[in-house]
Amino acid sequence: MDAIFIQILNGLDKGAAYALIALGLTLVFGTLGIVNFAHGALFMLGAFCAVTFQKLVTLSVKVRDEGITAFVAYKEQPYLETWFGDTGRIIIDYSVPLSIMLAIPFMLLVGYVMERGLIKHFYKRPHAEQILVTFGLAIVIQEIIKAYFGANPIPQPAPEILAGSANVGSWVGLGNNLVYPWWRLIYLCFSGAVIFAVFAFLQFTTYGMVVRAGMRDRETVGILGINIERRFTIVFAIAAVVAGVAGVMYTPILPPDYHLGMEFLVLSFVVVVVGGMGSLGGAVFAGFLLGVVQSFASMNEVKEIFPGIDQIILYLVAVVILLVLPRGLMGRAGVMDD
Amino acid sequence: MSDIKKPGMSRRGLLKAGAVGGLVAATPSFFIKDAWAQEFRNNPKNSGELKLGFNVPQSGPYADEGADELRAYMLAVKHLNGEGDGGMLNTFKPSMLTGNGVLGKKVTYSTGDTQTKSDAARASAKRMIEKDGVLMVTGGSSSGVAIAVQSLCQEQGIIFMAGLTHSNDTTGKDKRRYGFRHFFNAYMSGAALAPVLNKEYGSDRRAYHLTADYTWGWTQEESIKNSTEALGWETVNTVKTPVGAGDFSQYITPVLNSGADVLILNHYGKDMVNSLSQAVQFGLREKQANGKNFEIVVPLFSRLMAQGAGDAIKGILGTTNWNWSLQDEGSQAFVQSFGAEYGAPPSMAAHTCYVQTLLYANACEMAGTFYPPEVIKQLEGFNFDGMGNGPTLYRAEDHQCFKDVLVVRGNENPSSQFDLLKVVDITPRAQVEYDWTIFGGSLGPYEVKM
Repeated sequence: MDAIFIQILNGLDKGAAYALIALGLTLVFGTLGIVNFAHGALFMLGAFCAVTFQKLVTLSVKVRDEGITAFVAYKEQPYLETWFGDTGRIIIDYSVPLSIMLAIPFMLLVGYVMERGLIKHFYKRPHAEQILVTFGLAIVIQEIIKAYFGANPIPQPAPEILAGSANVGSWVGLGNNLVYPWWRLIYLCFSGAVIFAVFAFLQFTTYGMVVRAGMRDRETVGILGINIERRFTIVFAIAAVVAGVAGVMYTPILPPDYHLGMEFLVLSFVVVVVGGMGSLGGAVFAGFLLGVVQSFASMNEVKEIFPGIDQIILYLVAVVILLVLPRGLMGRAGVMDD
Repeated sequence: MSDIKKPGMSRRGLLKAGAVGGLVAATPSFFIKDAWAQEFRNNPKNSGELKLGFNVPQSGPYADEGADELRAYMLAVKHLNGEGDGGMLNTFKPSMLTGNGVLGKKVTYSTGDTQTKSDAARASAKRMIEKDGVLMVTGGSSSGVAIAVQSLCQEQGIIFMAGLTHSNDTTGKDKRRYGFRHFFNAYMSGAALAPVLNKEYGSDRRAYHLTADYTWGWTQEESIKNSTEALGWETVNTVKTPVGAGDFSQYITPVLNSGADVLILNHYGKDMVNSLSQAVQFGLREKQANGKNFEIVVPLFSRLMAQGAGDAIKGILGTTNWNWSLQDEGSQAFVQSFGAEYGAPPSMAAHTCYVQTLLYANACEMAGTFYPPEVIKQLEGFNFDGMGNGPTLYRAEDHQCFKDVLVVRGNENPSSQFDLLKVVDITPRAQVEYDWTIFGGSLGPYEVKM
């Protein structure tokens, strides 16, 4: 029972990341009709907002190690600590959540520039060309990050108070041995909040209503005098922000490197397809579902019966679902049917 | 006129005999330079230059390590050509290297990108051999790559001086006559680590292995398992994890209630950074199991890679081929030279690549030719010192170097950004030696048909 409970948590946690990326992908596809292979790179860019913010708040006086003469070796003393003492230490400690303040405007800008500068020229082009150009863009972004930050992962610690594990077993009456990292639980709640915010925005605001109407029938909305393209540009920027903040909050779980986005991109497309192209609810549901399935497939008991199943399970499930439901779990008729 | 010849030797006869005698006496030295007039691939012949092929990961997850390897190679080329302070040329013995190139030819190089993928590494090695005309290929950061390139080099008749490769298979079942490894291997890590584990954690332990699912991971798991079981440890489980899994949570959580009190991470590079960081997040370091503190062991440690794990490496035991903090004459000369050139200490990958280049160059000097079979014979059984690991032997039977092995611990209180690993023990060479037949394989022929 313990093992099952913990794998459900693992799966939900993993699924939260899939769902957040897939949500942005679906939003862009549903509104602009663009298959955006650069979406994973936006997740990675968000993670590097956290890295950049940490570098800024830990700008330091470098105290030279005089014992070493062959090269410059030093120990760092951050200015914030020197100037503000404990307050400075707290800011540094909370650099990951605080970096969201940097990530939101930055990702909005990136999303806006990307859509206006490149993506809008490909609205009426075939999906294959959209994939090629966005994939190319993803590689360019990756290489820029590698040139500035190197290829090695860069550690981003969670705030000290949240660095340990919660005794989740005692919460559900499964004993004291069942622990789960606090930060992963926070990530799960955070993604729930972001998903809720996106749905609420689309469902309960006038702006969202217009966007939804545009997703259904762009021409009619245009005839009503609404500049739907402008609204879709904002939607693209919002999708970039969702990917970005997801990336920021994921850094304590997985130290980011330039390749982080690619690791999630392919899986996220599987999630989108399984959920149903253009279906926001489907993307979220499929994200969590596939996360949980993947976790269970990694259990030793399962692998003993089906060796290597953990590496193919997502694709296997996708094949089965698409055979039974060709439009995915919640796909709408007419979306990518041609 | 008398026809009777005077007894004894005439002056002309003496001159003739002298000339013939001189010619015979001079024959060995006369022929030595071109004694191996056989045609061989990429023979530099009368060119004033020779070209070496540096095949390192310039892109992909090990690009930083590859960049450090390349820095070391460029430094080695400089030193071989008599530029810079000479580095380990000053400490390497016995050495015929004088800083005048190799056999009087200036050393140049060509580079390739392995991408840490076997097929890409083979393609770039092939390009360097066939298009750039390199005499020797060297480099790499993965055993899968090393084994693939080594096999190609055997087919092509080009010597391969491996970079960072730790799998027993490289000089075991997949060894090749044309392949040489200076780096230590998984067996040696196990042999060096076991006594320290015994001393630190005792002989009554239960270990759980997470292992990267490819040649290096398998052989490391086997070696560490054998070494720890010989101590009396019990192996609770061995679980293979996909390379580049990213999130290891689903593999780590079963450890919590497995009854194990030690987690052994047979991971390297990014996998090691991720699995170690996540194991610490799951509270394994604070955990008590079987009445003991739970421990994590990383059998192969790299300072360059360890940076990515941040504070998670503190206190973790492992082994390493070399560390810049060593105080022997050779290490100091290399660190001084590398530090002055690049402003940072060399990694263990850089060290092994630099040493391999010098060893190849010296073998050519010793052979008096670039003809690979003769160079190989010079490397086989070669004993040397002054390269940072104490007296070292390139064993003839499997082309594996034998030298002291370092057991290190993640530094609890680093004095600088480079001071991440602390050497806790230097295991003598004799303790890590083994019978070469245990890993099987065969070297293959000296002569290769072109």
